Amino acid sequence: MTGRGRVGAWLMTITIVAGAALAADAPPAAPSPALEARLKKLETELRCLVCQNQTLADSNADLAGDLRREVRELALAGRKDAEIRDYLVARYGDFVLYDPPLKGTTWLLWFGPFALLAGGGWTWWLVLRRRQRASASAPTHDPAAEARARALLDDEPPASPRTRDAAVHAAHRHKR
Amino acid sequence: MTGSAMKMLRWSIPLAVFVVLLAFLWVGLGRDPREVPSPLIGKPAPAFQLVQLHDTGKTLATDDLKGKVWLLNVWASWCVSCRVEHPLLLQLAKTNIVPVYGLDYKDKPEDARAWLARHGNPYTASIVDSDGKVGIDYGVYGVPETFLIDKAGVVRYKQIGPLTVEALQQKILPLVRQLQQ
Repeated sequence: MTGRGRVGAWLMTITIVAGAALAADAPPAAPSPALEARLKKLETELRCLVCQNQTLADSNADLAGDLRREVRELALAGRKDAEIRDYLVARYGDFVLYDPPLKGTTWLLWFGPFALLAGGGWTWWLVLRRRQRASASAPTHDPAAEARARALLDDEPPASPRTRDAAVHAAHRHKR
Repeated sequence: MTGSAMKMLRWSIPLAVFVVLLAFLWVGLGRDPREVPSPLIGKPAPAFQLVQLHDTGKTLATDDLKGKVWLLNVWASWCVSCRVEHPLLLQLAKTNIVPVYGLDYKDKPEDARAWLARHGNPYTASIVDSDGKVGIDYGVYGVPETFLIDKAGVVRYKQIGPLTVEALQQKILPLVRQLQQ
């Protein structure tokens, strides 16, 4: 081995030892930014079971930390996203998924709102149609009814509001 | 459609919608959102082989318990609600109806031993799950949790949170008797 080669080997050994010492404290390092991004995305799609409205990525709960570690280990072992999801679903149920899968028991969850909307729309259409029919079949002008209304209006004593005013005035006068 | 039938519908449809809504709210709000149904019910209990808490030279594995109906109680010395269910576990242990095995979850063994010495030890044996890996396999998220496992090693029931007298008398013990036959 040449002198330069020996120095190089030493440098490499030192780097590896130092690296291992640092790695002992840090969480298991992801070998690439791509994996890091993948883990981040996966963690935001998974629910923390302790604080139920937080994702694994957001939660500070102890269990969330353990599950993040578990997810990372599985990813480093070469498991695919779907496999990691299945792993957690097998243990915690569909509840760990923020995006619930479409299946028999979640059918109502997925289609219920659309069914309600369709039902509401259908009722609305029925009501509108009935109203339209009612207004179409109703007589728009009935001379007999109009004559009756006119007679009623003419019959009314025209002076009634004025009479009340006069009474008020009289009361005032009386006070003075 | 006659007028009176029309009038009936005008009242009965909103009334029916209201009653359905009321029923949904009644059931929905009465549920505890923290109780997530376990997918493990009816499935084989995840296998483990762990060191025992008191006899650290020995391990206990799920295979050792085949042919027995047993309870797995997940507990820890740091767990406050474990103290709530503890007297009940002690009582249950005295009756000898069903053996209770303790899974000491994410705990220091010395703390766990001290805790049992102080409060009493209801467990036939306790096993140590210091890093919580077995806990994850069992879908543990809120200690204490208790699993009922049958002779074939299948999980039959899961209690999330402390055991209660009602849960024991109405669900767990009847199921134990049925499974022991």
